[in-house]
Formats: sequence, C-alpha cells, structure tokens
Amino acid sequence: MIKAVMVINTQGKPRLAKFYDFLTVDKQQELIRSVFGVLCSRAENVSNFMEADSIFGPDSRLVYKHYATLYFVFVFDTCENELAVLDLIQETLDKCFRNVCELDIVFNYSKLHTILDEIVFGGQVLETSSAEIMKAVEEISKLEASSNSITLVPKTVSGWRNR
Amino acid sequence: MEQLKTIGRELAMGSQGGFGQSKEFLDLVKSIGEARSKAEEDRIVLSEIETLKRRIVEPDIPRRKMKEYIIRLVYVEMLGHDASFGYIHAVKMTHNDNLLLKRTGYLAVTLFLNEDHDLIILIVNTIQKDLKSDNYLIVCAALNVVCKLINEETIPAVLPQVVELLGHSKEAVRKKAIMALHRFYQKSPSSVSHLVSNFRKRLCDNDPGVMGATLCPLFDLITIDVNSYKDLVVSFVSILKQIAERRLPKSYDYHQMPAPFIQIKLLKILALLGSGDKQASEHMYTVVGDIFRKCDSSSNIGNAVLYECISCVSAIYPNAKLLEAAADVIARFLKSDSHNLKYMGIDALGRLIKLSPEVAEQHQLAVIDCLEDPDDTLKRKTFELLYKMTKSSNVEVIVDRMIDYMININDNHYKTEIASRCVELAEQFAPSNHWFIQTMNRVFEHAGDLVKSKVAHNLMRLIAEGFGEEDDTADSQLRSSAVESYLRIIGEPKLPSLFLQVICWVLGEYGTADGKFSASYVTGKLCDVADAYSNDEIVKSYAVTALMKLFVFEIAAGRKVDILPECQSLIEELSASHSTDLQQRVYELQAIIGLDAHAVECILPSDASCEDIEIDKNLSFLNDYVQQSLEKGAQPYIPESERSGMLDISNFQAKISMKLQLMVLVPEPSYHREVQQAATVPSSSDTGSSEVKLRLDGVQKKWGRPTYSSSAASTSNSSSQNTVYEVTPVDGSSNVNSKAREASYDLKKTQVEISPEKQKLAASLFGGTSKSERRASSTGHKVPKGSSHVLKSTAGSTTDVLVEKTTPVQPPPDLLDLGEPTIKDGPSSVDPFKQLEELLDPTQLGSSANPGIVGSTSAPDIMQLYSDKPASGQSGGFMYPSSSNRSDDNLVSGLANATTDSAHNITAAAHPSQFSKGPNLKDSLEKDALVRQMGVTPSSQNPNLFKDLLG
Repeated sequence: MIKAVMVINTQGKPRLAKFYDFLTVDKQQELIRSVFGVLCSRAENVSNFMEADSIFGPDSRLVYKHYATLYFVFVFDTCENELAVLDLIQETLDKCFRNVCELDIVFNYSKLHTILDEIVFGGQVLETSSAEIMKAVEEISKLEASSNSITLVPKTVSGWRNR
Repeated sequence: MEQLKTIGRELAMGSQGGFGQSKEFLDLVKSIGEARSKAEEDRIVLSEIETLKRRIVEPDIPRRKMKEYIIRLVYVEMLGHDASFGYIHAVKMTHNDNLLLKRTGYLAVTLFLNEDHDLIILIVNTIQKDLKSDNYLIVCAALNVVCKLINEETIPAVLPQVVELLGHSKEAVRKKAIMALHRFYQKSPSSVSHLVSNFRKRLCDNDPGVMGATLCPLFDLITIDVNSYKDLVVSFVSILKQIAERRLPKSYDYHQMPAPFIQIKLLKILALLGSGDKQASEHMYTVVGDIFRKCDSSSNIGNAVLYECISCVSAIYPNAKLLEAAADVIARFLKSDSHNLKYMGIDALGRLIKLSPEVAEQHQLAVIDCLEDPDDTLKRKTFELLYKMTKSSNVEVIVDRMIDYMININDNHYKTEIASRCVELAEQFAPSNHWFIQTMNRVFEHAGDLVKSKVAHNLMRLIAEGFGEEDDTADSQLRSSAVESYLRIIGEPKLPSLFLQVICWVLGEYGTADGKFSASYVTGKLCDVADAYSNDEIVKSYAVTALMKLFVFEIAAGRKVDILPECQSLIEELSASHSTDLQQRVYELQAIIGLDAHAVECILPSDASCEDIEIDKNLSFLNDYVQQSLEKGAQPYIPESERSGMLDISNFQAKISMKLQLMVLVPEPSYHREVQQAATVPSSSDTGSSEVKLRLDGVQKKWGRPTYSSSAASTSNSSSQNTVYEVTPVDGSSNVNSKAREASYDLKKTQVEISPEKQKLAASLFGGTSKSERRASSTGHKVPKGSSHVLKSTAGSTTDVLVEKTTPVQPPPDLLDLGEPTIKDGPSSVDPFKQLEELLDPTQLGSSANPGIVGSTSAPDIMQLYSDKPASGQSGGFMYPSSSNRSDDNLVSGLANATTDSAHNITAAAHPSQFSKGPNLKDSLEKDALVRQMGVTPSSQNPNLFKDLLG
C-alpha cells in the first residue's frame, strides 16, 4: 500500500502532500521535514530507494526522484515494487506536463490532485494505463471548463514558450 | 529577450484568470516562494489566513472566488498552518450542484478531515446522493471521498450503493467501486465479509483496468487465507499469459511492456499461492519462464517485472530451470552500473540464497563492491544479505564489518537494529568465548544506550550459563575472560549505562570466582564506577548489589572482609540516598555483612544465579508462629474476600510494600515496567502459571518472620512441588554440514585483477568450510535457569533479613494482615516470575526459529521439506470450478479484438533508452531557470520584472 506521496522542492517547501492514512497537520509537517532532511543528505548517483523505517514505521520504504528543483517522493510498504513505483513517478509527470517544473505544480495544484487520484486510489495503485488516466483527466477538465467560462486547466509553461 | 517579453505578457494574462487563480493567489505563491526565512514565510501565511478568515464569511461570494478560497486554504494547510476555520466551508461546498465546486469541496475535505471528524456526518448524506448521480464524474468524486472518509460506523450508509456501482456501465466507476469495497474491507472486514465474492466476480470483468483493480483486494485476501483461493491459480496464470502475449489493448503498454503493473501484481499473487504447493507451482512454471525470456531488461519497468519473477520463483516450489534463469537475471542486476538495479539484485539474491546458497558465491565480489559502495541504502541492503548468509565460518568477518559500519552511523533507529543483529549473530555463531566477549564489548561500547535491555540480560544469562557445552571449564573460561576484559574496560570514560550494568553484575557474580583478582581490587573498581556515574541510580544499584555479593562470597569462603575506605564512604553516602531502592540495598548490604558464613551462604550462594528455587506456597513453616500469636490473643487472619470495609490506607500501604519488593526483585524500574507489559502475553509454559503465581504469597508472608533460617525450611518443605521450569535441553550438534567449497577457490584464482585485499574478504565471507551448526541449543535450555536466578538472589535476600530491616517498626501481625491484599490488587496480581520467564522466552523462540532461514540447512533438506508439505497442503485437491474457467473465456473474448496487433516486434522498439522516456531534465532545468528569472519561484533574481508587468 502506498502511504504517502509528496512533492518537495529543493529548499524543503512542500509543493504537494498527500497522505493515504490520516495524519494531523503537525505530524505531516514533521514527516515532510524529516523526509527532506534525509533526501538532501543523499549524494548524487546513488540509488533512488531508501528504507524509511525510522520515519514512517516498520517496513516502510521510500522512492524518490530528484528532478530539476523538485523531489518526487513515494512512501509505501513491502507490498509494492520499488522499481515499478519509480516508474510510476515518471509516468505521472510524463503524461501530465510535457516538462514538469515547480511552477506547473504550484499553479495546477488541483489538477495534480486529480491525476494522482486517478492513479492511486485509497493507497492502491489503481490505474496504470497512462492513456486511461489522461482520458479521465481530460474528461474532468473538459467538464470543469464547460461549467466555467474560463479555462481552468492551463497548458504548461513550456506550452506558451513554444508558441 | 523578445521571448521573455512574450512570457511576461502571458503571465500577466495568466494573472487575470489564465491560471484559474487570481492575482492574489499568484502573489501569495510568489511571496512565499521569495520568503528568505521560515519566520517570514509564517508571517505571510498568517496574514493570508487572516484575509481568508475575513473574506470567506462574506455574503454572496461568486462561485469561482469561493473555489479559489478553498484551494488557498488547502495550500495554507499544506504549509503547516491551521486552516480548521475553513473546514465547514469546504463541507458546504460539497453540497453544491456545480461539478467543479463539488469536486473542489470533495478534494478539500479529503485533505482536511479524517474519518472520525465531527463534520463527516454533514457529508454522508451528500455522498449518498452523489453515488446515485447520473453523471459518472460525480459518482467517481463521491467514491473517492468514500475511500478516505467513511469509517466503520458509516459504512452501512453507503455500502448498498457502492455494491450497486460494481455493475456500473462505466469502467472507471466499477474500478473505483471495487477499490472502495476493498477499503471497507481493510477498515472493517466483518462489515463486508459477505461481499468478498464480488472481487472474484469482478476478476472476469471485460475491462482490463477493472480486472487489474480487483487484484489489489485479492492480493490482501490471499495473503490472509491462501487455501481458499487455490482454485484461482489457473485463472491468474491464464491472465498473466494473455498479458505476456500482448493481448491487452495497446494503451496498457508502458515502455513497450504490456501492462507491467498488472503483471507485477499477478506475480506477487502467484508467489503467495505457489508457496510450498507443488501442484499449484507447476501451473506457473511455463508462464514465468516466458516472462523471464520476453522481458525487456533495458527499462526500469522491465526490470521491475524481472525482479518480481525472481521473487515469485524463490517463493514457489523450486524449479531448477527457473532458478537458473533467476540467477542469470541477478547476475545482470549486480553487474549493472545502476545503483537501483544493484539494490534489486542484492535483494533478489537474499531471496534466492535460501534455495540455492551457492548462487551467492558466484557474486561474492559484486557483493563486496556493494558493501563498500558510498550509497547507504545499498550498503544496508547488503548487510541484510550478509546477515542472512552468516554461518560459523564467516561470522567473524561479517560481525566485524557490521560493527565498523555501526560505529559510523547516526541514525539511531538503524543503529539499534544493526546492534541487535550483531548480538544475535554473535550469540549464535561465536567461534570462541574470547571473541564473543570482545564483540559484545564493542557493541555495548558503541551502541550501549541503544540496544534493548533484553540484550543485556541475555548477555548476563549467557555468561552465567555458558554456551551450553558440557564441560564446565569452557564456561569458567568464558567468565574469566569476561571479568578480565571488564576490569580493563571499566576505567574508560562515559560507558553506556546498560553496559555498566552488565559489567557490575558480572563482576559481582564472578569477579573473584577464579581467584585471579582479589576482592578488594574488584570492590575498589566497583566503588569507582558508583562514584563516576553518580547520576545513574540503576548503575549504582547494580554496583551495590555486586559489592554485596563480593563481600558475601568472601565471608562464605572464610576470609575476612576488609571494606575499603572509599567503599565505606560510599555505603554511608548511599544509606542516606533519596532513592529508596538504593537505600534498601545498602541496608541489606550492611545487614548481610554482619552475618556468619553459614547464613550468608544460604542467602547468596556463589555461582548459583542459575539454580532453581523452590518455594513453600502454603507457608507451613509459619504455622508455629501463627499458633503462638493466636494463643497470645492475636486476631485470626481473615482473607480479603471475607472482609468488609477494608480501609483504603491499608490497601495503599500494601501496594507500597509490594512495590518495594518488586523493586528488589527487578532492580531497574524501566525493566519493571517492561515486565508488566510482557505479562499480557500468554505464557508459553502455562503448566506452572498457577503455582508460580502463588509463590509470591510465600514471599509476601515471610514478612515479620523471625529469622533467615526458615529459608532452608521452605525449601525442604516444598519437595512436593516440582520445579516448573524443567525443560529438556535440545541437542544442537545434529546438523553439521562440513563440506569444503573448493569451487569458490577455483573461481577466485581466475580473477587475477581483483585486489588481494578484496579477495581475502571474499574468501572469508563466502569461502572456507561452511560448517553451519547453529547453536540451537545454546539458548534452548537457558530459560529455566535464567528465570530462577532472580528468584534465588533476591528471594533469598529480600524476604528475610532485609525487608525486615527496612520496615522494622511495624509489628508482625499487622504485616501479615497487609500481606494478603497485595496479592490480589494492583501490581501484585502480576506475577514477576512468570513475567520474567516470558521476557526470556521470546529470545529463545527467536533464535531457535532461525536456523532454517540461514544457510544451515542444505538443499536436499529443503526439497524434503517441500515434498512433505504438498501432500498435506492440497488435501482439498484441485477442482477447477466452472466459474473460474468461464472467467478465462470471458477475458479472452473481451480482449479478442486486441489480439490483432500482438505481432508487435520488441526488438524494433527497444532502442529508445530509459532516459529519453521521462521528462527531459535539461529542458526542465532551463525552463525552471527561466521561470526564476521571471521572479515567481524562490530566490528570484529579478522580481521587478514581474512587478512591472503585473502593476
């Protein structure tokens, strides 16, 4: 089961945090801080996996991806495969934004939540077909757009750059 | 430059709505991004909270505005600030008919609330309504909330709708309904137990996504109860086969792998189902072999599937061909440059060596490389592997490495773990007493504050009893070497408390046993310890008790006790101590020193920490005394149950006196607590529990008894009572497999370019005779002695003289009166002896359960194990119910349209490397730099540009 998904920037600010078991706000902050503390002490060119027993309790593992100014972190128990989760992170980003950057996440906060909800549902990896995910997200976006005159799901930053 | 301007314009437009958020929100994000310190950030967020508090209650807020406020609330809470004032508004928003607002409301409540929050009651109704909605997106949103916020009590309110949705026409809804049902099952298995069959049914769903979703709950169900799902083996295998043959729609491909996540889940399930079941496993061999062959090992996800195959192969009934394939993949993983793959390789190796220990030897150098890798994760994984393959031939190297590593880590959690592993390995495989003591010393020196007190007690017990070998000389050698090394170490500064406790205990018990050191030398050292660690009462208590033992042994041996001046002053100082425990110990000490040789020998016999003690539970030796008192006119004793209106005060006193005794029994307060907890665990040796409980009465009622001499009486009287602790020693020498491994030496010769140092390490780790006797017996028979030791050393001393001394004012009849209630109330109902026994038990279980796992058992043994099992495991036989067959057909027909493109060529598409797949790092960095220039993200260089544009 996936316990938490976090996006933290390189300065330790949370950009997105989703915990699949309820935790108080203080506890969440504490966990984010300790995860960040561990992550920044990791050298480059080492594995993307970590044992997180000391932070999340026994049998917890953590997979992270350092990407531009962001850390993408998945925390899960022994029932998941590390390499697969690593790809899950990449897949998520790949499909949502052409080249994801911090701004995309900050300004598309609710969209990212929508995407994440399509992939991970109640702590389980629900849908892994990226096409299906995109279809679902697009449909939601369309509906939201039609219920509101203003476009709500913008293109990514690179979207306007390439115009 | 022109481009920058364009971007600026775009951003300016964005601020007016292009991003869906207002300029205010943009400003907030921006200013938080620019905050130089946490305090500044907090200030910004707090003022934002104030603004929101004011605005959110304004009447007639436009919908879009309200949505943004809620998002801002979520944002504020993510930054760690309290946004609870807005929860109710988020709840209100879920009631809105507009999909957009409803979704936002639902998102906010899932992030804000927990399942037991008071506001949930306000949402349940809405959820019920939304689950029936015609718009499937609303249904999905509601299901999402159901997953997160429905607790055991509210499950019945939504359960019928959720079950109905399992048959919804949209696959997205079916999928989520399954997951919601799974979540209910996790939260309260009983409430949905009658619906579990739905998961089986949905496995036959036409949509692969829905089928994949059912694997999650099925995996959980199978983990709990394998046997009820054996009939699904064929279905799972057939699904996996179809996926591997690319018969799913193309959209499920990921990096040229067909539905890898579903494959992984299926392999995990098969591993569970095939474990120890030959017949079930045979169905799997072909498909797993296929996957091994077909899997593309150039992508992460391909390797993830390969790893899962290895896990599956090492879990199911072994098949030589598959094991070979697994070993090949492991070799590939370990040779890879990627740390991730090495990590997976080491993990997989750890799984495989249980079945084929020789695999490890092929990879010895790779393993050593990983051990020396700067990557901490990899290092830990490798230590885990070494831990699994430790045997008596390599224990020295492995434990040595572990300790070296342990010394340098800061993570206390992991340090504790690795320290206890060192101790465990040392106890099980120690080649010599000297090495064992040295190793333990190192562990305690560097991690003494972290290891559990149980470890220390284990060590004391081991020293007291030896390794269980027959000859006593080995045992006394062990003790001598322990005493010697402790006397050397004791002077070092800042030793961990736990280590000092061990030292004190051992010195007290065996300090003068071999005659090498004089009593005054040892007592002097003990006094130094008590002085140097004057803040540590537990250590002082241990030291005082050790002093007492040393003096007693001197008296018993007929020598004159000369108390050093510093010792005398210590005694005087402690007799006025604030700690009652310490005081009592010192008074005990003083009292005992005054007794004659025969008396002290009864109280504290030398090297008798492991002897059993028998207690007269009827206290028949008191009969005379009671009779006398009655004749003199004393009140007869009335059991508590027959008394009415007991005074609270006497209860209280009783508790205190009880506590005193407990403290004597178990010197260390924290330990005492632990003991009480342990008491809740049902004892494995229940036979004696009732008797054991009653022994306490014996202890209690000795209060006020005139002399110590009755301790002898008690033992003689109770011959009828058998010692409860008798355990037959296990013979540990049965499993000796001492075949030299020539092959590994040959291998090493061929690898010339490897540094000799590394080769040496490899040889010591993997090569050599793999003599693998585990000291199964070493701990096996220790429990009885260990538990009784406390009995002896304390029961003897406390019950008689000492307790008498501490409460000399109280007249005997009173004491007797008080004695009874304590047995029934408060802490007294917990039996310390039983607790102790239980405390010691787990270690025994732990160590005796191990031998199977570590390389001690040879391969043939395992085969035998398996061949035995299936016979019993499959008594049910394999009947393939028509339903499961039909499910296959369904899936096949459902996917038939997708099979046309199954002739997809893997090799043609294998070119794009892993890196080109993901988002392009360089692009992104560039983009980010650009964004920074615009002054939105942290450490912006040019905020002015932004300001100008935005006005």
